[in-house]
Amino acid sequence: MTDQSKNKTFGFETRAIHSGAAPDAATGARNTPIHHSTAYVFDDTDHAASLFNLQTFGFIYSRLTNPTVAVLEERIANLENGRAACAAGSGHAAQFLAFFTLLEPGDHFVASRNLYGGSITQFGVSFKKLGWHCTFADPLEPETFRKALKSSSKAIFIESVSNPSSVIGDIEAIAEIAHAEGIPLIVDNTMASPYLFNPIDYGADIVIHSTTKYLNGHGNSMGGVVVESGQFDWAQNNKFPSMTTPDDAYHGLTFYETFGDFGFTMRLRAVALRDFGPALSPTNAFMTITGIETLPLRMERHVANAETVAGWLEGHPAVDWVSYAGLPSSPSFSNKNKYFPRGCGSVFTFGLKGGYEAGTRLVENCNLFSHLANVGDTRSLILHPASTTHRQLTEEQQNAAGASPDVVRISVGLETTEDILDDLDQALV
Amino acid sequence: MVEYPDGLIRRILDQTKTIAMIGASANWVRPSNFAMKYLQQKGYRVIPVNPNGAGTKIHDEMCYSDLSRIPCEVDMVDIFRRSSDAGKIVDEAIAQKDDKHIQTIWMQLGVLDEAAAARAEAVGLTVVMDRCPKIEFGRLNHELSWSGINSGVISAKRPRLAR
Repeated sequence: MTDQSKNKTFGFETRAIHSGAAPDAATGARNTPIHHSTAYVFDDTDHAASLFNLQTFGFIYSRLTNPTVAVLEERIANLENGRAACAAGSGHAAQFLAFFTLLEPGDHFVASRNLYGGSITQFGVSFKKLGWHCTFADPLEPETFRKALKSSSKAIFIESVSNPSSVIGDIEAIAEIAHAEGIPLIVDNTMASPYLFNPIDYGADIVIHSTTKYLNGHGNSMGGVVVESGQFDWAQNNKFPSMTTPDDAYHGLTFYETFGDFGFTMRLRAVALRDFGPALSPTNAFMTITGIETLPLRMERHVANAETVAGWLEGHPAVDWVSYAGLPSSPSFSNKNKYFPRGCGSVFTFGLKGGYEAGTRLVENCNLFSHLANVGDTRSLILHPASTTHRQLTEEQQNAAGASPDVVRISVGLETTEDILDDLDQALV
Repeated sequence: MVEYPDGLIRRILDQTKTIAMIGASANWVRPSNFAMKYLQQKGYRVIPVNPNGAGTKIHDEMCYSDLSRIPCEVDMVDIFRRSSDAGKIVDEAIAQKDDKHIQTIWMQLGVLDEAAAARAEAVGLTVVMDRCPKIEFGRLNHELSWSGINSGVISAKRPRLAR
């Protein structure tokens, strides 16, 4: 019997297909239409004014909102157990929008040292030009985050599973450190996807994805998204004036008071996305919506293939070491067991006994693995991070990020497991 | 957060025609002013109640100093005041329940008073706490989704259009 006093809750697989995507109200179209329109007509001048004032919900201009992009936003917010989400043209753009909404010039944040190389450069070099300062800490030693905090610190940032070396910190411990300081924990959940892990359930206040990876899953569309938990109290201190004081960028509106538990997303969209403009294309949103429908099936196979490949590599005579949190040899193995019962993705690194030269030879010898700079594709991918994704870093930063010169990164795809092993085997000769 | 079934919220929003908004502000950047304007656009009559604005008009509706001064029936009393002020307003609504045909007491986001809610429910009033009728209307009519907000609504039926 259905209990009428409670709303039915749906399982992940159902939500991955249906969240945000009701049939089109006007036409009954069952699949989400691609709304390739830059702008939307107003009923009258009063309606237009209400929309611009954010007094009513509706579409103005596709830099701010678009009906196809909105389906993607709601779907990811739902799959992450969040309150609201805002999409952007890439994961990097999403990151920028989140920090722009949190930080004032002169502010500081603490980030994990185990991040995608592009993020280390964005935080450590490019953000500095905006007056935003970042200190890096060790996710396997949560207290290093506390020690790095300053009075100007406004956030802690980690990756749930790090790219490329599959490091998993004690997320709950790091969340507690952030909350004791009255600041939010931001978790980039790209490498796990919401099927394997929901950071908000363990204390994250903001979740970021590069949807380009597993969410899209087919290597065909860039995208990023920022999800808000709706649980962070922005008014608990005076650290977030952009949320709690009248906003000059929006004629004196106070976002947290007006929009409550989705106020962060509203400000991120109405100010950061509006003024900097990295909007997601509706076609990219459509491709990603379609990809998400099969996310649970794909992630199960990605994980199964990756666990097989990681174990096989660890036993291969040419391989020196494998860094995959799913292996008992990993320092992240206990955190993996605590937080990732369904597995920890399919991206990891390994080093060859032959060092740098053997690594580059392996990359070039592969036939089935694609040599390119992406992860989370149906196809198996291989890369040498030190010369590509982590190239802008110093050798010390490369080592700290798990991307030293001997390291090879792979993203295990959905091909026949035997074929993946065969390709690596012939390339390792 | 208190959980209310979507069916209950939908029924209240369908049956309500006139809302007395306690604490409605004439200042257009205030949340109450936003909610009032939106609900008017969706076809509700919203009567502002605020001693500071009594005798003036907000969004073309006369503002009254308190609930008893409203010269017509109201289906819902919407409380846009802090939780500590809610009990007194609820008691006023209970006293005028039959006179004004009040059906529902709605307390805004962040406004909670369990004891007052119990008193209202004991006399047959429907009570919703810690919610915004604008947000709930938008959520159930898919408008909230347009801003990327998680409505929690899943259905393969074509959405009915908002009124």
